[in-house]
This record gives sequence, C-alpha cells and structure tokens, in this order.
Amino acid sequence: MGTPRSSRQSLVMSARANLAAALSRWLGNGLLLAITSVAAIGVLFILFFIARDAVPFFQLRGFKEFFTSTHWYPSQEPVEFGALSIFVGSGLVTLGAALVAAPLGVAAALCLSDVLPFGVRQAVKPVIEMLAAIPSVAYGFFALVVFAPWLQRLGAITGTNALNVSIILGIMALPTVVSVSEDALQAVGRELREGSYALGATRAETLLRTIVPAASSGILAAVLLGIMRALGETMVVWMASGNAAQIPDPWFNFLEPVRTLTATIAGDMGEADHVTGSARYHVLFAMGLCLLLFCFACNLISEWVVSIQRRKLKGE
Amino acid sequence: MKWFTMAVCAALMAATTVTAEEKLVLDGSTTVGPIAKAFAEYYMSMNPDVNVTVSESGSGNGAKSLIHGTCDIANLSRFMKDNEFTAAAEAGVMPVAHVVAMDGIAMVVHPSNPVKELTVAQVRDIYAGKITNWSDLGGPDRDIVVVSRDTNSGTYETFYNLVMTHKVDGEKVKEKIQSGAEYVGSNGAARQRVQSTPAAIAYVGLGFVDRTVKDLTIEGVDATPESVASGRYAIARPLFMFTNGYPKLGSHVHAFTTIHLSPKGQEIVEEIGFVPVTKY
Repeated sequence: MGTPRSSRQSLVMSARANLAAALSRWLGNGLLLAITSVAAIGVLFILFFIARDAVPFFQLRGFKEFFTSTHWYPSQEPVEFGALSIFVGSGLVTLGAALVAAPLGVAAALCLSDVLPFGVRQAVKPVIEMLAAIPSVAYGFFALVVFAPWLQRLGAITGTNALNVSIILGIMALPTVVSVSEDALQAVGRELREGSYALGATRAETLLRTIVPAASSGILAAVLLGIMRALGETMVVWMASGNAAQIPDPWFNFLEPVRTLTATIAGDMGEADHVTGSARYHVLFAMGLCLLLFCFACNLISEWVVSIQRRKLKGE
Repeated sequence: MKWFTMAVCAALMAATTVTAEEKLVLDGSTTVGPIAKAFAEYYMSMNPDVNVTVSESGSGNGAKSLIHGTCDIANLSRFMKDNEFTAAAEAGVMPVAHVVAMDGIAMVVHPSNPVKELTVAQVRDIYAGKITNWSDLGGPDRDIVVVSRDTNSGTYETFYNLVMTHKVDGEKVKEKIQSGAEYVGSNGAARQRVQSTPAAIAYVGLGFVDRTVKDLTIEGVDATPESVASGRYAIARPLFMFTNGYPKLGSHVHAFTTIHLSPKGQEIVEEIGFVPVTKY
C-alpha cells in the first residue's frame, strides 16, 4: 500500500546514504556471523580439548586393554583400565531406552498427528513436552527411591539395574522422539493422505502403509536423537544403574546392575586429577572422546537421513 | 605528610583485617562435612564477623583445594596420600593433620536379615565375591547384593585399607572388590539402598546408622562410640582436618581446628554420631 508521498520520493540514494547502508549491512552480517561461529567454534574447541587430554591415555596404556578387557580397577595397585564392560553397559542401557522410547514415541506421534482431534492434541502435546522439563536428578531420585524397590517387589534381586535405567531413560527420551517424529509425520503432505483415501484405503491402512513409510527417515532421525539423549544422560544412570563394572550374564540380562561411560566420568572425576595419577585422569577423557565421537556419528546419520526424507517428499 | 602516612597505614590495616578475618573456607570429605558444618555454625555464632563456608567435594578434592590454596582447611576422612604430599610440597604447602574425631565404619544390612555378626574375613570374602549367598552366613537362600561407596570417596579408601587389604603369610594382599558390586555416591545413598533391598549389604560411617537398617557385629564387637574410641572395633579410622602448616596461634584457623578439644566441640561431634578423640 504505497501512499502518494512515498511514491514521490526519489528511488536513488545519495552516495552517503548508500555507504551507510552498505556499512550497516556489512556490520550486521559480521555480527551475526560472529555469534553463529561462537557456537560452532565452541564445539570444535570442546572436541580439541577432549582429544588433547584423551591421547595421552592411549600413549600411556595403549588401545588393547581399554577396549578388550573387562577389569576396571582405576584406584587399585596395579591399576587396570579395561573399559569393555562399561562400553557394554552404556550400549545395553541405550538399547533398552531405545526399545522403550521408539515404539512408545512413534505410536504417540502417530496418535497426535493423525488420530486425535485437534483440541486434544493441543492439550496433550505440551504435557509430553513437559517431560523434557523435569530435571534429570528428579528422574534419578524417582528411579532410586520409588522404582527400584518396586522392581524388587516384583522379584528382581536388586532394583538398581539396567532395566530400571532403561525404562527411565526411555521416558526421558520420549519428548524428543515424539516431537521430532510428529514433525516428520506432519511434513507428509495432505495430497498423500487424500490420495490414499481416494484409492479406498482405510484410516489404519493410510497410517501404516502410506504415512509411516513416507515419514520413515524422519522417524529414524527422531529415534537416533532419542538414543543420543539416552546415551549422554548422566545423573539418572549414576544414581540408579548400580554402577557395577561387569558384563551381565547373559549379556541381555537387564536385571543386573551395569556401569555406563557417563556415570564413570561423573563418579571418578573427583579423585582423578593430575595430582593422583595421570592415566586415571586421561582415561576419563578417552571415555568422553568415545562418547563424543559416537554422538557425532549419530548426529551425522540423523542429519543425512532427514535430508533424504526432504528430497523424497519433494517428489522423486 | 605524617597525617597522610598514618591514614594510609590505618586504611591498610583495616583492609588486611577485613580480608584476613572475614572468610574461612573448608572443603573436602562428605564424612567430615557434617562435623565441619556444625563447628562452623558454632564458630560463627561465637564470632559474628567471620564467615565460614564448608564444601563437601570428597577427600581427594579437599586435598587438591588445600594444595591449590583455594581452601584454608581441608577435611579428609583418610590420611593424605604420598602423591598428595609430594604435590603439596612442590606447591609450597606443608599439610598438617588435626584429628578432630573418630569414625567407625559399620556394616549394615536390611532389618529383616537374620544374620547378626560377621568377621572381617567374611566381609572381605563377600566384597571379593567369594561368598555370594546369605545361606553361607546362616541367612536365607538369597544372592547377596553388594553395595560399595564410589572409589572417589574416603570411606571407600578406608574400607579398602581396613578390610580388603590383609596379610597372607606375612605379605600384604589387596583383594579386588568383585565386579558385580554396586557403587553409590554417598553414605546416605548406601543406607537407602540397604533400607529398600532385603539382600543388600553396605558399609557406612557410624553416624549414618539408624533404625531403618541393622548394623552387624564385627569380630564380636558392636560398632559403638566406646568400642571405636578404645580401638576394639576393627573397622575404625580417625577423621582429619588438614591445614597449611600449623595455624598461627590466635588465628581463626587455629581456633577452628581446636574446637574439637573443647567440651562443646566434643558434644557436637557426639551429637552428629561420631566419636570424640578426647574423653571428658
């Protein structure tokens, strides 16, 4: 809506105004670039400093013991840094959390995006997202004080075990899985849904045969993000996993206590300074580096998967 | 000029008295923490111009703080280690130990557990994984859930030195704690695990034993203040406060590290569940 006055103004700017505009644009862009690079550089710095402190461990102790031995006695004489059981513990707990979070989260997302009426959805979604707002120490306290005795009453010898932590971590990962996979389901266009109905498919068939396959890469990305959430969680596992550095027998026995990478780093950090033995200090950074690289890989895969979906939905 | 010099001197004195007297920083063991906190409360009520802060970051961190000069008094539930002394000497810090109280480590089990007494050797075998069922100890047929403090804690260190280390044919043998043992981050958490787990056994500081758990007799001696103070109870240890050199007489650090020698200090130590070093 151009008023007569503005249309009468000259379109050509004076040289000075032109320079000022260019300068301010330049400054603005520079500032934004600087702010953005703070985050990016921060990540690089973290990677650099963790790697710098992790490398001495491998120089001191080599790779074999760390990745293949299950003897974790960092404060003993002679020290042993076999972290295999801790890797297995982290993997087991993450697997358990994924088994809890993936089906529940995807089902909830389907329900939210395609089944529930709009009004209900508006009420339910914030409640699910509120799960993400509960501090992890509160989850841990619940796991230790309420959930563990309850599992024992159901017959587990000890309540602080892989199952306990898996379920709690699964619940903690739910909001991530639900909201990312719901976004993916929403991104499946109306045309696909209507096309499916037009071909005579029922709602269930449309959901499971058309929408879910179309959104599958987004759903996979959601699950991967949830897995990263579970893998990186520290407080809950430190409080409720039992922290026993052992591989359960058999390996999928979720009723035995396990120890994870994150809990080991958190629990051993206090004593493990330069002052009290350097290998013990650096081994924690080696664990941190492994965690970081794994999460990095997960992140890359989920980015890649999402980009595939975007291309697919554009129509190929 | 004379007035000016005097004014500067006065200002300097005021500044030094303010900075030197206002703050007393303590850091270290979670076991000694409650004693330090109670002492701090008492001391601040006596000296309102002094601000005492007590952090509980573990014995190792306490020693570290003293070496780095970030605390005045380090609370340790064990004696300083060789490498900590070396690091301190390199940093120009001369750690001096003050024994403020005695602590017994009690073995606790669920109240429903019929087992009443153990020997130190039996406790060692349980933690080493050689005894795995309560039926071997006269209890029900149930696998033992072994709960230990994290390796970062002074309580672990003491338990490890007093129980897991023993002499076989005159040679020191250090038994490993079995890999199936669960690790918890505090005395309170250890007690909580035992309260809620019928098959569990854990070790906690004497001050943490209450009615919700049952403490076991070790070598026929019950863990009581008397048996700990007299040295009859097997799993007992002194608790330390470390300062950089012996504190200057009359300083706040000196006053603080001698509270435990006063009747009031002994009362405080006893109230929290530890054992005073001096009999009164």
